[in-house]
Amino acid sequence: MSLKKYFPVFVMPTLIAFLIAFVIPFVLGIFLSFTEFTTILDAQWTGISNYIKAFSNDDFLNALWFTVKFTAVSVVTINLAAFALANILTKGLKGTNLFRTVFFMPNLIGGIVLGYIWQLIINGVLKFFGVTITYDPAYGFWGLVILINWQLIGYMMVIYIAGLQNIPSDLQEAAKVDGANRWQTLRNVTLPLVMPSVTICTFLTLTNSFKLFDQNLALTAGAPSGQTAMLSLDIYNTFYSKVGWEGVGQAKAVIFFVIVAVISFTQLILTRKNEVEH
Amino acid sequence: MKRRIFPTVISYTLLIIFCVVFVAPILIVFYNSFKSRFYISDSPFELPDAETFAGLENYFEGIQKIGFFSAFGWSLLITVLSVIAIVLFTSMTAWYIARSKSRFSSILYYAFIFSMIVPFQMVMFTLTKTANLLSLDNPLGLVFVYLGFGSGLSIFMFTGFIKSIPKEIEEAAMIDGCSPLQTFFKVVFPVLKPTSITVAILNAMWIWNDYLLPYLLIGSEYKTIPIAVQYLKGGYGSIDMGAMMAMLVLAIIPIILFYLFSQKYIIKGVVAGAVKG
Repeated sequence: MSLKKYFPVFVMPTLIAFLIAFVIPFVLGIFLSFTEFTTILDAQWTGISNYIKAFSNDDFLNALWFTVKFTAVSVVTINLAAFALANILTKGLKGTNLFRTVFFMPNLIGGIVLGYIWQLIINGVLKFFGVTITYDPAYGFWGLVILINWQLIGYMMVIYIAGLQNIPSDLQEAAKVDGANRWQTLRNVTLPLVMPSVTICTFLTLTNSFKLFDQNLALTAGAPSGQTAMLSLDIYNTFYSKVGWEGVGQAKAVIFFVIVAVISFTQLILTRKNEVEH
Repeated sequence: MKRRIFPTVISYTLLIIFCVVFVAPILIVFYNSFKSRFYISDSPFELPDAETFAGLENYFEGIQKIGFFSAFGWSLLITVLSVIAIVLFTSMTAWYIARSKSRFSSILYYAFIFSMIVPFQMVMFTLTKTANLLSLDNPLGLVFVYLGFGSGLSIFMFTGFIKSIPKEIEEAAMIDGCSPLQTFFKVVFPVLKPTSITVAILNAMWIWNDYLLPYLLIGSEYKTIPIAVQYLKGGYGSIDMGAMMAMLVLAIIPIILFYLFSQKYIIKGVVAGAVKG
């Protein structure tokens, strides 16, 4: 059977779109990070000078540190809350479905809209102290943490629920019969068995928090003076509000990509290692 | 009995507290949208009263300022067309990749997988320039770009599923004289339905809410809902909070309605997408 003859019909449309929307921009992006340019066509090779500029750029280092701190805090808080809620909602209480529906909902609302919703709430609370969210970078930081928790807890919760429901109930009953208390059962029976879900959720919260853009733009837009700009926003600003910095912006983007790729691969290896077979 | 009632009470208390925290922000935005704009930032937590109530004024103002209905139309058109294109073309490509054993298809497969881990900022500038150069900076061009940029996850999910279905049915169809095209659409595509729904939901959620790509590609001429909302912020001036509240409400309502009607599929799709992605 010659499937090959049908290559143009089955593969071409996707492949051409993929080449134009991904492959060409990606390769061009790597190349341009080693050049100085404003319109791509005028690119001049400059070696690694863009990377040196990126790493000696305070805005970039600040954004990197801000993003790392933000991601670390969010991953822990989101997963703890999501796991706790999933645990409660798999106990067969009445109204479980209603609660699940409500908790998951914020995940569907787009980042820009979320940002402005929380800007109103947070500024409303800060008003009692006579300030706004742009007064101190710490406010922006915790504002973003609250926002991302609100958005992702429900999402992670449904993944944990799916994981918890996969555990055969006789295992937990056996632990009970053997005299294990609630905490021991959770730690020694439930947790090892939901490790695949834990890895997935850690990965999802990690990459989602690390790549955050829309919420950052809408909530603080980096204010005060760029101190609450995360990596994505800093890269965007380098491209579009600093004339002559396009090369540096592209170098920052490559660095950003490498970090995300390293996180993804680490997580992949951990997933393979951690999964308990049953 | 006592030991069992107590944890239940704690569970419900926790659930209700969380429920309030999850619903309150939306409710607050909702009732603020009926307050006159000068009272919103000053006292966001107070309900509208006779003095602050503004009726639908904010809605009229916001709709006019950002052209809400046209933004809604563009968002809907772009999302629907992109999702159709993605489901149709990537399922075909995934089937070809899964069934052909050539080296080229496996290279292609890994290229698609690789694209999943690349953050948008990496290609933001070069993609925008390429799209401008090829005159893809219009709504239809954007659909094409979404097909390319969204193909990674979709191909990954379709290929995974196709590998799990037996080849025998397809082979029987071909022996009966079906061409690969007929085999795909008559035999394979119907079987892919659950994965198609998952792929459609994941992509719809992404494209409907996407801000940056449409903003950079078509934002100066066409506004989608996220672009229109961000546009209200304007340059350096202060935001018209009344219009903002009203537009946030209008942006949320379609999502909540859609969610309530297809909740089952959305949650299933999101879980499936997460577990496989």
